[in-house]
Amino acid sequence: MRALGGRAVQALLVALLVGTACFMMVRLLPGDMAYRIAASRYGYDLVDSAAADAVRQELGLDRPWLLQLGAWFADLAQLDLGVSLASGEAVLDLLSVQLGHTLLLSVVALAFSLLLGPPLGVLTGLRPGGWLDGGALALATALRAVPAFVIGIALMLVLAVEWDWLPVAGVGGWREVILPALTLALGLAAASSRVTRDAVAAVVASPYFAFARMKGLSDASAFRRHGLRNASIPVVAYLGLQLVTLIEGVVVVESLFAWPGIGHALVHAVLGRDIPMVQGTALLMGLLFVGLNAATDLACWALDPRRQGARA
Amino acid sequence: MSRKRLLGGALLAAVIAFALLGPLHGADPLRQNLSDTLLPPGGAYPLGTDHLGRDLLARLSAGARLSFGFALLAALAAAVPGILLGLVAALRGGVLERLLLGLADAVQALPGLLLVVLFTAFAPGEFLPLYLGLALSLWVEFFRIARNGAAAVMARPQVQAARLLGFGAGHILRRHLWPEVAPLAATLFAFAAGTAVTTIAALAFIGVGARPPVPEWGSMMTELLPYYAEAPLALLLPAILIFITVLGLHLLAGRERA
Repeated sequence: MRALGGRAVQALLVALLVGTACFMMVRLLPGDMAYRIAASRYGYDLVDSAAADAVRQELGLDRPWLLQLGAWFADLAQLDLGVSLASGEAVLDLLSVQLGHTLLLSVVALAFSLLLGPPLGVLTGLRPGGWLDGGALALATALRAVPAFVIGIALMLVLAVEWDWLPVAGVGGWREVILPALTLALGLAAASSRVTRDAVAAVVASPYFAFARMKGLSDASAFRRHGLRNASIPVVAYLGLQLVTLIEGVVVVESLFAWPGIGHALVHAVLGRDIPMVQGTALLMGLLFVGLNAATDLACWALDPRRQGARA
Repeated sequence: MSRKRLLGGALLAAVIAFALLGPLHGADPLRQNLSDTLLPPGGAYPLGTDHLGRDLLARLSAGARLSFGFALLAALAAAVPGILLGLVAALRGGVLERLLLGLADAVQALPGLLLVVLFTAFAPGEFLPLYLGLALSLWVEFFRIARNGAAAVMARPQVQAARLLGFGAGHILRRHLWPEVAPLAATLFAFAAGTAVTTIAALAFIGVGARPPVPEWGSMMTELLPYYAEAPLALLLPAILIFITVLGLHLLAGRERA
């Protein structure tokens, strides 16, 4: 499958991009980066040039940049992402714990969004132009104009603080995952409900669906046998595009709800100038994104016999 | 203009008027007055005060200027090179086109927000990495629509006739390519500006973007979140302004994002 080969190339590109973006910023930004990192670690009052030199040594910033870049890739090939500057633990060990949290959150969020979005899309798509369709469009348009962190604050203040139904933040039992997952799911569902609606409306207007109705199938069985699978292909393909929203949302929502996943770790690493950790988390999130995209490709391929015929 | 776009334009005009007329009120968005904290709207403070007694009208209006200026600059920084490269790729074709398409694929392999956060890692609280990161992640979409739109036009008989008649690249660009690409680019520009407004607010909220005391909508919400019970309106107002701005941009864009 050529598409999967393309995704593998993309994964390599992510590694290249994360690596070079970090090095470019170290090079391009004005000022002595080692001094700045030392200052943010020890505070501007306590920092001196000796501390800056120590940081320079530690990160290998005193070597030529091509060597630095080469060293990073050589370590990466051996799955060595370095040591977190903040905690002193291996980045890979930290990430393996955080990845589990992020995956749990993403899966629950996707499940919520699939329970909310596509069913609403089917209902509205079967009767395009009705009052339900208009209402759903207005709701989806409004939801897409609200950033995830505002949705999260609203849910947190109403469901957790005022009504006390769910824990405010943190991690533990199944109750903690609901609020952050719902926050992510609402944004995703707003988009997927519209795509489902358009796909279903296109199927209902198609000649083959009219024929299925004409030969005597009921609305429900005509849709089940001729509509569902045809309508699902664009929805799954669009879901792949929407994964960007999910990954981006994870960064913000994990920080808001103190959910100890990769996004939370990335923000912390950025604030603490923990460069090996920044690189590690960004790399993992990029790879996660590519992996999810590959899964979407596979799902589209499984759903659409036309693609299987055109195997190249 | 459809009713939707009119509504979008009206919402945006309202926010822009709020941004520009705010200074007439005359209060300093940074001036603290610790005897007047968390006041409700009224008297000398038309929209009340925050937890440090700063005038909310002045802060929200300054935040609007910041968000709008930022969004316009970031969207421009993405649109201009994106469209130019797209048109050049379609006009020239060949190795250059394939190289640019590969570059676009590479950038899209990474979620945009991730790229921006990555950039802020090296200079937290500064605006340059925010611009760079956003422009670098948003130019791809402009590049794609310009290149795809222009490539479709280039194949049409009237363009081929124009080339056979000896008209240069400048003429084809002006008469054939630009009219095709411009409306798409305008739609995308509105969406890109919306993304920029959301991104700057979200990053400031989680603490890696603009930092206090800069009057920015997202960081205002971070600061006011602990006081939600005493001053719910103060927390709600920045959220409402973000909502109106992004909704206005999306409605003005007209069609739904593909």
